[in-house]
Amino acid sequence: MDGVLDLGVREIAEAVNARRVSAAEIAEAALSRLRERDPHVGAFLTVTEDLAREAARRVDERVAAGERPALAGVPAALKDNLCVTGTRTTCASKILENWIAPYDATAVRRLLDAGILPLGKTNLDEFAMGSSCENSALGVTRNPWDLGRVPGGSSGGSVAAVAARTAAFALGSDTGGSIREPAAFCGVVGFKPTYGRISRYGLIAFASSLDQIGPIANSVADAAVLYETMAGFDPYDATTVAREVEPVSAPLREDLRGVRVGIVKEFALDELDPAVRDVYAQAYRDLERLGAELVEVELPTAEYGVATYYLIAPAECSSNLARFDGMRYGLRVEAADVGATYEATRAAGFGDEVKRRILIGTHALSSGYYDAYYVRAQKARTLIAADFARAFARCDVIACPAAASPAFAFNAKSDPYSMYLMDYYTIPMSLAGLPSLSVPCGYVTPEGAAGPLPLGLELTGPLFAERALLDAANAYETGTRHAAKHAPPPLAEALS
Amino acid sequence: MASADIDVEYVAKLARLALSPAEVERFGAQLGALLDHVKALEALPVADVAATAAVIPGTGTGRADVVRPCLDRETVLRGAPQRQGAYFRVPSILGES
Repeated sequence: MDGVLDLGVREIAEAVNARRVSAAEIAEAALSRLRERDPHVGAFLTVTEDLAREAARRVDERVAAGERPALAGVPAALKDNLCVTGTRTTCASKILENWIAPYDATAVRRLLDAGILPLGKTNLDEFAMGSSCENSALGVTRNPWDLGRVPGGSSGGSVAAVAARTAAFALGSDTGGSIREPAAFCGVVGFKPTYGRISRYGLIAFASSLDQIGPIANSVADAAVLYETMAGFDPYDATTVAREVEPVSAPLREDLRGVRVGIVKEFALDELDPAVRDVYAQAYRDLERLGAELVEVELPTAEYGVATYYLIAPAECSSNLARFDGMRYGLRVEAADVGATYEATRAAGFGDEVKRRILIGTHALSSGYYDAYYVRAQKARTLIAADFARAFARCDVIACPAAASPAFAFNAKSDPYSMYLMDYYTIPMSLAGLPSLSVPCGYVTPEGAAGPLPLGLELTGPLFAERALLDAANAYETGTRHAAKHAPPPLAEALS
Repeated sequence: MASADIDVEYVAKLARLALSPAEVERFGAQLGALLDHVKALEALPVADVAATAAVIPGTGTGRADVVRPCLDRETVLRGAPQRQGAYFRVPSILGES
């Protein structure tokens, strides 16, 4: 019974729809595995047993009535910045520690309608601000590949749950790399679609012009079917695009013949640690072996991505998080008057990284600084997007590292800027709104590591070219097979 | 570009964030360092470049103004830090009189 949990999402749904196993049995097996494994990993902030059982009951009823839900009985983990009716939704922040969401995020609703079983809500850097999950105010999440290392972030709990095989897939959100970098660190597939493909309704906002929900899974094919289920226009999010979603769950390509893969001149591999460099050099050779034509492309403005992002994202964050004032929901710390109550509530409710970003964003938007910081950053963003448009005239997909290193140890990045640099390879794509994913591409064993640590290859496509991107990623994945098939060895050892 | 100096106490006031003296010092140093990095943007020729308003052109359309069901009052008030009957209870904003 337990073995069904290691299948892909379509295989699980197939087994349920063929009535080889019931959704109720899967729910019990998944919850039991979660209780066994999660104490070692800490991926979940809230376990939603009742919700999972209730969803399973409904799926079994639908299947008995002759329906064949696309994701029937698939156990899922949801990042805790996504609203689920009646469920605690914290953003891993003290300011929302006890807040119960009164509605469902559209992406979650669509997956529930397709038959998923929500096991629980996963840990994240507070309000999705961070690259290691260490900024959570509510818990520590460990990397299943080395329990002394971070899972990456901000979707750290989601990737850890998938890597630990506790959930068959998870939802994350990606603002500057928060799906792709942790997916690379935990050896799973993480996919951020084009901005506007998936509704952000019910995703608690961090930086609205960048935030995008996406699937985290054990294979590209799984990510594709999840994406297809969630994507499409939503009247509740005016930034969703009305454009048709190209079907991606039909069999994806398994070769790269005729595909031009852009290798970015400015992302020179020789700047990386030699062992890491070798893995990426091999990944590029594998792309070629599978039939791709490698072409050099230039992204001269990409190196300004981090600086651009750390003005735009905090500016939007400072505005979005102004709503947390202790009046209508969340924490309230009473003080002498209403102004002091705002200040005390926000001081007690937000952690350091959130405060830093609110401060820098407020500064960048303040009178006398707005043009010099915010407007200049938005102009730089235009240049970065134009770089990609030029590059995609010469190639179909761009390949580069998802991160410059494998997962690092806890407390290794005490300086905020060194943490910000972890998103060096993911931020430019986010600023340009492009669909981008990380797929496992090999392993390195740095000194002091518990064992091999995964690395991720980042593949990026032009706007709305999800099908071509997923085709390329699937071809790379099936032609290399770096993804783990079972829980990583350190976790297996901890369990034994 | 503007000075990398950031008046953390002033900005914190704008952001409605109470900071301890230790936080003012720590954040001041960290954010000053970040602004030094951000200065790199001065090297970009942006004089004739349009600022990005929306990364995907043509989105952000409106919709028909039709009355639809919304969350009921009781559900929303359940999340309130304090309530009084059918209302949010909040501190006085005009002072005691």
